[in-house]
Amino acid sequence: MYAQMVDTGAKRLRTSEEMSPEERAFQERIDADIKIEPKDWMPEAYRKTLIRQISQHAHSEIVGMLPEGNWITRAPTLKRKAILMAKVQDEAGHGLYLYAAAETLGVSRDELIADLHSGKAKYSSIFNYPTLTWADIGAIGWLVDGAAIMNQIPLCRCSHGPYSRAMIRVCKEESFHQRQGFDIMMTLCRGTLEQKAMAQDALNRWWWPSLMMFGPPDADSVHSAQSAQWKIKILSNDELRQRFVDQTVPQADYLGIKVPDPLLKWNDERGHYDTSPIDFEELYNVVKGNGPCNRDRLRTRVKAWEEGAWVRDAALAHAEKRAARSARKAA
Amino acid sequence: MNRDEQLFDYLLRIADSDLVLAQRLGEWVGHGPVLEEDIALTNVGLDLLGQARLWYAYAGEVETRFAARGRCEDELALLRDASEFRNLLLVERPNGNYADTIARQFYFDVWHRLFLFQLSRSGDARVGEIAAKALKEVRYHVERSADWVIRLGDGTDESHAKMQAAVDELWMYTGEMFESDATDQALTIAGIGCDASALAHPWREQLSSILSEATLTLPTGAWMQSGGKRGVHTEQLGHLLAEMQWLQRAYPGAQW
Ligand SMILES: [Fe+2]
Ligand SMILES: [Fe+2]
Repeated sequence: MYAQMVDTGAKRLRTSEEMSPEERAFQERIDADIKIEPKDWMPEAYRKTLIRQISQHAHSEIVGMLPEGNWITRAPTLKRKAILMAKVQDEAGHGLYLYAAAETLGVSRDELIADLHSGKAKYSSIFNYPTLTWADIGAIGWLVDGAAIMNQIPLCRCSHGPYSRAMIRVCKEESFHQRQGFDIMMTLCRGTLEQKAMAQDALNRWWWPSLMMFGPPDADSVHSAQSAQWKIKILSNDELRQRFVDQTVPQADYLGIKVPDPLLKWNDERGHYDTSPIDFEELYNVVKGNGPCNRDRLRTRVKAWEEGAWVRDAALAHAEKRAARSARKAA
Repeated sequence: MNRDEQLFDYLLRIADSDLVLAQRLGEWVGHGPVLEEDIALTNVGLDLLGQARLWYAYAGEVETRFAARGRCEDELALLRDASEFRNLLLVERPNGNYADTIARQFYFDVWHRLFLFQLSRSGDARVGEIAAKALKEVRYHVERSADWVIRLGDGTDESHAKMQAAVDELWMYTGEMFESDATDQALTIAGIGCDASALAHPWREQLSSILSEATLTLPTGAWMQSGGKRGVHTEQLGHLLAEMQWLQRAYPGAQW
């Protein structure tokens, strides 16, 4: 979901007979639930797909700091301000672990960041929506971090050792974020009429984009089968989305606000909620760059990076001077 | 002003400086020059915010000794006007470029550590406790900001020029840290506060040593701007408060 549409380069699955001996041994390890570690042999397509997936995920953490960071200076109480700052800081930390996991696959953080800035690499569509009120900070924690957990808990079991370990660390923190977001929503829903309206408005705007976080419907997800075989995708987009809906609707009921879907209904037979069809055109558009904040988000990231260039250069130059000085001393 | 009123005012000076600087650091979140710096700056901001909250909590208690009731941290932070803020002018100065932010932090951190060390030995047990706790965090802040002054000062020509410009620019806001007014004097005599002027010498010593390692020149300007302790601020504080206090002001009495 933070990695919504990951290209695996595969049109169809290859049978065991079509695989090279190395590849067959690799698939057997995966089937036996043995983790793939950086020193192990891996097919080039697995490596490339993982780089795409992990970097999309890392970029999402970093770009995701912006919509929430937007409210740090305006948080309504000192306690909320502290919680929000710590949360956004956690997201930066998630970005770091994930870039480090990607680096084990033979690519540098700078290269990955360059791909983000050029528009070549993607990040989750959800962060291209604006945070317009304080309630949006609640809704993001509740829904967006909620959806992230839904997706990332299974990834703790994925086949790639560094990625799975990063996911385990990340998930612990995401569940804090989710609870804190829900707590903001709860406080608003128990507050004044204006506050409750703010909470409802936030749910109205974040509901559908949150469902889109899980990516295109399974029928259109050409790359899922390969990712499933490699165990870097454990559950399908639609399965995850359904789980999320089933978990979230009762929470909205508890808050006393309404999910903006007139067709939303519990289906006894399926044991799941039915929803209206999702407008995936919107998702494809946002992924293509046509969301409400795509340009702003990317421009902001590029600006921070470019304005920081002289700082990074200075740090490097200073480290070199130091090294040269201590080398002279040693000589 | 009686002793408690003076103490209340004194506590607000400390809390307000911590809060305003934390607010400035909060503006950097997501915009730092490199991810590790984003995290580190936020850490410092979080420490200062936490310290502000401890000082406000105690200020609210002290307020009950002379007023009908004591205000909570959010009333103190989010419902006072600029003229009631007692922070140092230095901390309300805008972030500018990274060198400006580092210079502001460095001047403040070196002073803050000296100040808290004195307060950690305060005759008022609560003041002593909070100062001792804050001091542990601030030791690390000084290390970090001094390290960056050195890296930027002794980095590239560009970073050197920017760092020198930043320490020069902010210099005139440093004098205020060592001014001692009636409140400072009364609380120093009472063994609660510390003699601000006595910090000037060690501050300058530490500064000189770091600046020289950074190949930077100690600014020489004699003019010092002050007013923070009296609530006379620079134009920037009003904007900072307008943003910080907006929700509390727009929805009076709401719980968040
Ligand atoms: Fe995260
Ligand atoms: Fe999160």
